[in-house]
Amino acid sequence: MSSSEIFSIITFVYGFAAILYVFSWIFKKTLPGKLATAATIVGALGNLAGIILRWVESYQMGIGHAPLSNLYESLIFFAMAIALIHLFIGYRYKIQFIGVVASPIPFLVMAYASLPKIDNAIQPLIPALQSNWLIAHVMTCFIGYSAFAIAFGVSVMFLLKSSGNRQGSDILSRIPDFDTLDDLTHQMVMFGFLFLTVGIITGAVWANQAWGRYWGWDPKETWSLITWLIYATLLHARLMRGWQGKKIAILSCLGFFAVIFTYFGVNLLPGLHSYQ
Amino acid sequence: MTKSSNPDGFTQKVWSFFASVKLSVVILLSLAMTSVIGTIIPQNESLMLYHQKFGDTWFRIFNMLDIFDMYHSWWFRSLLCMLTINIIVCSINRLSSTWKIIFPKKPNFKINQFRKAKNRLEWPATVSPEELKNTYVSWLSKRFGKFTVESSENGYCLFGEKGRWTRLGVYGVHLSIILLVAGSLVGSIFGFDGYVNIPEGESTDSVFLRDNESQKKLDFAIKCDDFNFTLYESGMPKEYRSSLSIIKDNQPIVKKDILVNHPLRFEGINIFQSSYGKMPATKLTVTFTEKDSGLVYKKEATMNSPIEMPGNSGTFTVEDFRANFSFRGVNLSNTFLCSMIPKEGEPKHIIIPADFPRFDMMRQGDFIISISDANFKYYTGLQVTKDPGVPLVYAGFLIMIIGCYVTFFMFHQKICVEISTAGGKTTVTAAGISGKNRPGMNAAIRRLSNHLKRLT
Ligand code: HEM
Repeated sequence: MSSSEIFSIITFVYGFAAILYVFSWIFKKTLPGKLATAATIVGALGNLAGIILRWVESYQMGIGHAPLSNLYESLIFFAMAIALIHLFIGYRYKIQFIGVVASPIPFLVMAYASLPKIDNAIQPLIPALQSNWLIAHVMTCFIGYSAFAIAFGVSVMFLLKSSGNRQGSDILSRIPDFDTLDDLTHQMVMFGFLFLTVGIITGAVWANQAWGRYWGWDPKETWSLITWLIYATLLHARLMRGWQGKKIAILSCLGFFAVIFTYFGVNLLPGLHSYQ
Repeated sequence: MTKSSNPDGFTQKVWSFFASVKLSVVILLSLAMTSVIGTIIPQNESLMLYHQKFGDTWFRIFNMLDIFDMYHSWWFRSLLCMLTINIIVCSINRLSSTWKIIFPKKPNFKINQFRKAKNRLEWPATVSPEELKNTYVSWLSKRFGKFTVESSENGYCLFGEKGRWTRLGVYGVHLSIILLVAGSLVGSIFGFDGYVNIPEGESTDSVFLRDNESQKKLDFAIKCDDFNFTLYESGMPKEYRSSLSIIKDNQPIVKKDILVNHPLRFEGINIFQSSYGKMPATKLTVTFTEKDSGLVYKKEATMNSPIEMPGNSGTFTVEDFRANFSFRGVNLSNTFLCSMIPKEGEPKHIIIPADFPRFDMMRQGDFIISISDANFKYYTGLQVTKDPGVPLVYAGFLIMIIGCYVTFFMFHQKICVEISTAGGKTTVTAAGISGKNRPGMNAAIRRLSNHLKRLT
């Protein structure tokens, strides 16, 4: 089996898990929830196996390198990181609801990665990417992005719940209480902030290694800083100004838009980050 | 400095202005928003280009606001400066109270705080309060640095505390920002950022500075012994390699091949592989063919110095060279940009592609000009930098990561285990308070109570 076959299988596994999570949540059933968790575990392990296999395949082609070097490979890693983080959070804080908001993301990411416009060929590394810092940089950034993606999902739920509360709709009332959502957002933002910080720092060290400058204000760098500043604002507003709930949820959404822009939008801007 | 020790009203006002976290929220958001501008408007291009793009009015406004180099503008720097002052003032202001929490005169536990805690868990016990107390004390005191036992109305209270020092984590994060600012300042004052192109076999001891295009002399010369690049089968670049020697007092003292990601560092100066290209030798042969008579005149020329044209008809200068030049949508390789000043009439700019000797016929001039014997050579493009601020910046990076980890994932926790007897029944409750980490504290209490239940 080739790594791309594995990736198309796990796309369906992730989709299946997402459906089960939503099903178990809407119909208040525990068994589908457990199955969903099991499916996510299978998906994440398959995802990991696929990444390792792709790594091996690149060596067989004589251009061996960690599969973290272009858009396609970063999406695959992104999906795995989100799946692993939400499994961990669900287990650690005993909140199955996290699966409902988080599990569709790996599915959507994998589905997006399999679109024909995204080049999935294993390519050799251009000289600028031939560095071990590449691995540290991409991994930490994407773990950070994953945590922010989950925070975003939780924040959207918060906003949905708070807007629809008056009608007392049955589904919305099954979303966990505001405090839990708020804490979850905060936890995920802290987790993401640490990793984004490490991601930006490893990027800076790498840039200093390759180009002789640790910071050059190129659009990708600048947008990662903008993202970081938005989340730093969130942490301060919450901790010191006592912001909670809706305002924090809105800031967390804003932060995630900055993440998306750092990831995709920057390529629309003029600039130098030759990556992908 | 605290508020009471500062009698001056104005200083006091400035101080409390900078001590506010509201201000930091405003500054952080302003930095985020203004940074967007520089990613939409490309920075540091030629002013002419901006003028063309934005028109006169907008060009003037943008230029006045330094939008074309906004990350080095006075207003962006003031924002960074305000942020730094903000952090310093805020930290000083709060450090004294944090210090009191971290190093209190005596441990201070208030049972009522714990009784109100939401994470409080309760379970019944089957053994006697004394026995419970002894088992718990021996187990708990191993895990908590500060530990006290008190008697309460109907039993015992065991108080434990740990992780006080973790409250210093945020000060680490904030200190790291100050280190970054300091490091970048040191770099911009005592460092430089330059580049130089060196043809194979040649050497240089000066570089061009990026910010003002002036030359900077080095204490040594850099010689490019060899430059090579290799491609993958697909045509993508695989490797750029320059073999360099550092020459001091006419002696080569260091020899190293540099690649992208593998620079050469020498006496605090870093040399990076950054680009490459092809350039002609300094001596060229320029051929003038008179159109009417077909007579051929060959002259030797060097770049940028004028030569006389045949028949005293004017001067001709080879000014520049482009390895690729787009002419009406066609890429002419190896093209020389030249200028011709005839005896009478306007000076003219003309292009002479070395690979197409008859190209100049199109111009319909008196002479057909071509250039040969260019002896093209590869040159390596090097980035040459010195940044004594890097150690400060790296120290900042390290402290920031550690500080964030400590702040987010470790916390100061105080716990209280209460053993009380009422109506012949013994119950145990466990509760905890932490500065901020509610879910973390809840989970810690859950784990603690599970352990305690298993002990008896
Ligand atoms: C880019 C700049 C900054 C970063 C990255 C940063 C980062 C942080 C972080 C991570 C926390 C901990 C939040 C938490 O526990 O959830 C924090 C707390 C705090 N920050 Fe900042 N900060 C920055 C700028 C500032 C500034 C300018 C001030 C000035 C007033 C400030 C004041 C505070 C205060 C007072 C706290 C709470 C400390 C405590 O718990 O005692 N920060 N900051």
